[in-house]
Amino acid sequence: MNNKETFYYDNKIVKWFAYATMLWAIVGMLVGLLAAFQLVFPALNFDLAQTTFGRVRPVHTNAIIFAFVGNGIFMGVYYSLQRLCKARMFSDTLSKIHFWGWQLIIVLAAVTLLSGYTTGKEYAELEWPIDILITIIWVVFGWNMFGTIIKRRERHLYVAIWFYIATFVTVAVLHLVNSFELPYSWIKSYSWYAGMQDALVQWWYGHNAVAFFLTTPYLGLMYYFLPKAADRPVYSYRLSIIHFWALIFLYIWAGPHHLLYTSLPDWAQSLGTVFSFMLIAPSWGGMINGLLTLRGVWDKVREDVVLKFMVVAVTAYGMATFEGPMLSFKNINAIAHFTDWIVAHVHVGALGWNGFLTFGILYWLIPRIFKTELYSKSMANTHFWLGTLGILLYAIPMYWAGWTQSLMWKEFTDDGYIKYQFLETVVRLRPFYILRGIGGLLFFIGAILMVYNLIKTVKSGKAMNDEAAEAAPLEGEYVPVHKEHWHRWVERKPVQLLVLSLVVILIGGAVEFIPSFLIKSNVPTISSVKPYTPLELQGRDIYVREGCYTCHSQMVRPFRSETARYGEYSKAGEFVYDHPFQWGSKRTGPDLAREGTQKLRKSNSWHFNHLYLPSSTSEGSVMPSYPWLFENDIDMDITEAKIKAMQTLGVPYEKGYEKMANDDLMKQANEIVADLSKDNIKAMPQKEIIALIAYLQRLGTDISAEPQNSNK
Amino acid sequence: MKFIHYLENISGVSIYPLTSLLIFFVFFIVLLWFVFRTNKDYLKKIEQLPLDNNNQ
Repeated sequence: MNNKETFYYDNKIVKWFAYATMLWAIVGMLVGLLAAFQLVFPALNFDLAQTTFGRVRPVHTNAIIFAFVGNGIFMGVYYSLQRLCKARMFSDTLSKIHFWGWQLIIVLAAVTLLSGYTTGKEYAELEWPIDILITIIWVVFGWNMFGTIIKRRERHLYVAIWFYIATFVTVAVLHLVNSFELPYSWIKSYSWYAGMQDALVQWWYGHNAVAFFLTTPYLGLMYYFLPKAADRPVYSYRLSIIHFWALIFLYIWAGPHHLLYTSLPDWAQSLGTVFSFMLIAPSWGGMINGLLTLRGVWDKVREDVVLKFMVVAVTAYGMATFEGPMLSFKNINAIAHFTDWIVAHVHVGALGWNGFLTFGILYWLIPRIFKTELYSKSMANTHFWLGTLGILLYAIPMYWAGWTQSLMWKEFTDDGYIKYQFLETVVRLRPFYILRGIGGLLFFIGAILMVYNLIKTVKSGKAMNDEAAEAAPLEGEYVPVHKEHWHRWVERKPVQLLVLSLVVILIGGAVEFIPSFLIKSNVPTISSVKPYTPLELQGRDIYVREGCYTCHSQMVRPFRSETARYGEYSKAGEFVYDHPFQWGSKRTGPDLAREGTQKLRKSNSWHFNHLYLPSSTSEGSVMPSYPWLFENDIDMDITEAKIKAMQTLGVPYEKGYEKMANDDLMKQANEIVADLSKDNIKAMPQKEIIALIAYLQRLGTDISAEPQNSNK
Repeated sequence: MKFIHYLENISGVSIYPLTSLLIFFVFFIVLLWFVFRTNKDYLKKIEQLPLDNNNQ
């Protein structure tokens, strides 16, 4: 080629995202460590609203997913996309807006979550104003990416770019659909969906957030950076094409495996299981493709710390994607669900796959951008071993804890009674939680070493913010040498690729959603299920605000071990007024779906004392204290807006009820206060604790009024 | 907008999993057919894209 153009890669934006990745890695892991040790030493909740586990845990998950991994994605995409397209990013301004916008979202997320503003839906906890901001910034990212692809100097789109495009379009769809919510104040909203439908949408989102935020973009990075680090092409490009299409097609269907044995209709559960199982094939295809890229250069792996990190990352991907389908089988899920097994599973993915691949890329990238050598290879090696040991020490105790928990929950005495009180399982798990915390600490120390090592590297070099490169521009219409196959046409056209990816992912979503939204028989009506009273509604919102769902489920599965412990199993029709649903995903504490029924009912004074100091009623409990609920007043000014919002969502409060709601609220509160006074407890009716007690006493009671077996 | 149930019932819901399985099966076969017909030289060229050292 003789008509080459000179242009400059923008390394500055890559550098910024790399710094942000490191910063949020440290913050996210530190918050995770706090959460881990809170489960061992409840005193670490500090009796403050902002530092209790229920608020800290969502900060940890959001920080790791969207701050650490999010910035890691953008770092890798901005570096590799420019090189693969032989073009500078489309617009420096858009790059800057993207960068600062994303950091703003992260800071707002941390502040609002710790202040108790949450939607109560896992990994989508951010409230509506931030949801809008995320949408805008995501569009900026897409605009910048497509702008770059369109002005590229390389005709063919390498497979990494396909993964980026699929990520962009699917995350956009997931975010928009799951964030459908009705604001009732400048910052608070209710999920538009209720109960079973909310759960289905949420886990379609939750599962595919794992797929399209933690997996597909990182696979794109793997397909770029692994060949780069090994200095050889990917093992099989054919396999990568199959990997791509099969993965994005199958992933989108698998969400319902998070809801096995719940009130979700059977056909949807089966669909989730079948597609989850099939997912092994493309996932392992990808893993094998990654590992075999290193064929013939395994000696390099011994020397090169970057490759070491990448090999463990790809292996962890393989393990997690084998385990995922296994966990989707109903019989295995029956053991694993709600236990620490799931926590172990996700951390193999987060620490191993996302963590180690990010670390590998950082160690590779920073010296190149700064035109220097890594400050200390031995320190990086120490990081590798600390990290690997940390993962093992995290995962093994958590697997053990999960099995222990599950077996104890299911054990009966010879006389046919439940053998262990729930609290006994909590106490038994303490040593495992300590070990897990130590594992996390090792991983964290490794990350600190990396940050120090890379800061030293940065200081020893000089950033090449604009890196010169040469390439010929694309000329006119492309004329293929041979007769062209249709897929070739797709591969060259980013927009076609986007549309086809969109179609592929929408098929799965549509088949799952349409029937469950449109068909009445999927949610059998239970006539005795009534809307919450205003006081209970306020209490429910406090329950959501304090993140009670991070430790308590509200879903009794149809097992003898659960009905014997909690009572009648949960029915879809019981949740029709639950905006949002609060089925939960983990039982660090017992299920609360039937908390108010005769079988489990405790006195108002028990709840009063328990929430003030859990260990006073339940010795050995690791639940935090909630002293602020005894001081804060219920926000009665907002009751009217809440009832109105619920009416809009279809909850059958009578017309005009919003005006009378506060009278009913006070009446019910006074009744609870009068009952408390019988136990010599002086309480004021307007305090938040009264609303929360009212909600807890209501849980699961509606169905008791229903004639037996009329709903199935 | 409220999500009310527009239909009262659905017959033969088992068709959903089967249909979806079929859609995927057809999709996958077409994909395999395409991938194995792909020109080898073309694949060789594409897989070298990240390694083009002219641009780091």
